[in-house]
Amino acid sequence: MIPISLIQSTAEVLMDKAAIEIPQDYLDGLQQAAKTEDGDLSSFVLKAMLDNYEAAKEDRRAMCGDTGVPRWFVKMGNEAQVEGGMVAMETALRRATANATNGVPLRPNRVHPLWRTDHDNNVGIGAPEIEYGFEPEGEWIDLITVHKGGLFGTDYRMLFPSDGIQGIKRFYLDSLMAFGKRGLACQPAIIGIGLGGSKDTCMALGKRASTLRIVGSRNSDPRIAEMEDEFKELGNSIGMGAMGFVGKNMVIDCNIEVGYCHTGGMPMSVHAFCLSSRRAVARIHVDGRVEYRTDPDWFTPYQRRETVDWEPQREAAE
Amino acid sequence: MSPREVRLSTTPSDEAIADLRLGDVVYLDGLMYTAREGVYMRALEDKANIPMELPSQSAANFHCSPAARINPDGSFDMGAVTATASFRFAKWLPEWMAKTGAKLIVGKGGMTSKDYKEYFVPNGAVYLSTVGYGTGALLGRGVESVEAVHWNEELGLAQAMWVIKCNKMGPFIVASDMNGDCLFERENAKIAKNVERVYEGTKPAVLKRYGESDDRRDEVI
Repeated sequence: MIPISLIQSTAEVLMDKAAIEIPQDYLDGLQQAAKTEDGDLSSFVLKAMLDNYEAAKEDRRAMCGDTGVPRWFVKMGNEAQVEGGMVAMETALRRATANATNGVPLRPNRVHPLWRTDHDNNVGIGAPEIEYGFEPEGEWIDLITVHKGGLFGTDYRMLFPSDGIQGIKRFYLDSLMAFGKRGLACQPAIIGIGLGGSKDTCMALGKRASTLRIVGSRNSDPRIAEMEDEFKELGNSIGMGAMGFVGKNMVIDCNIEVGYCHTGGMPMSVHAFCLSSRRAVARIHVDGRVEYRTDPDWFTPYQRRETVDWEPQREAAE
Repeated sequence: MSPREVRLSTTPSDEAIADLRLGDVVYLDGLMYTAREGVYMRALEDKANIPMELPSQSAANFHCSPAARINPDGSFDMGAVTATASFRFAKWLPEWMAKTGAKLIVGKGGMTSKDYKEYFVPNGAVYLSTVGYGTGALLGRGVESVEAVHWNEELGLAQAMWVIKCNKMGPFIVASDMNGDCLFERENAKIAKNVERVYEGTKPAVLKRYGESDDRRDEVI
């Protein structure tokens, strides 16, 4: 049984870490981009961002004033149990979100869509989102918080099999062009593409591809992995850099995730995880150990399974 | 080539503004206030009295909600500071400038050259863009103190009017000038030359959307 107090205190640490510490994989990617960038203005921007990450860590202040829409992904090993059950856990995550908003401080972004009611704590109806995943074995629980911008850089479109790869490329480029100009997407970004699923799942897949996979990771399907390389290069060949200035670096990496969709369709979503790609992860073990990391490691073989039953023996033999 | 660096007052002279060139990097000194849709609606549509002497106290309007808190003793803690996209505020800006004498509009992504020519230049105002976006920690370091927060009860912390004292706060990039030219449009024009090459071989989606045709008598198939 994992104590509820440990879940809340760990969640508060995660909110702080996500807001302040740029993940190493994104930092490495941006440093590499800064080396290759030759546009005057976009080089200046990348250098300022690298300075900003340092300033955030030195001062222990948030790296970006816009907290985005803080949210949670929770993954549990099949044998994990939480003191007080899942309702207690959701309460703990909502408390941690509210406490960290005041504590770090973060910007209280969340308001009612119509009445603009603001509780000044990033908590409200459906906020923060809490999504779940499970793994076949283990008594641990992974808490993942993601602070992703909430306004620009994302789009959805129902494509069809006859649109083909060229249609996918066009919508990808359209999304980069539309939100890259003037830097609305806060690029260079980790671009996530969701392909397939039902409409809502398609959005969730793309969001998870951008936020729950690290720079340098590749899809386990080798043909999709090739597309990821190709799309990264395509995005960086536009000639647009940071803030929409002339430059070479728009895409730090491109991650694609797929789900089975309606036989007549090929829905697609595009998401941009920005210059402040904020994510933090902790695994809480049943014995009370807490391990912090920045790789959510969300897309395991189990998450991408295609079969009716899960047979770990077969997976291990492959 | 590194951009030119300029120190600028938040109550700048006409000469100082005229001297700014597109792409200059600016650091600000003096009082600056945040105002976005909440403040604009309250001041311009609800006709509430603006709780500052403008522009004598400040001619710098920041499109920003800070990551900040008000402590129980009434003091403030401001962490990171970044801007929000300004194009959405074009509806209110002409009246706001006329009313407040704002000379520096500071935000994310700039406005169009049409906006600059129609009401920035006639008001002697320019646009300064934040950098990144998301140099929240660097800008936060440039906040010497929080002087006041207005309308937080009515609008919430994110939409409230925060008055901050800037000390070499920056970097910002000059994104418009006294010709009404727009830095972002200049860059867009350079990038436009590549568009045809990048899109080569791709094809329009089978199912269109309204917006791709603005004639609602059309079908989208």
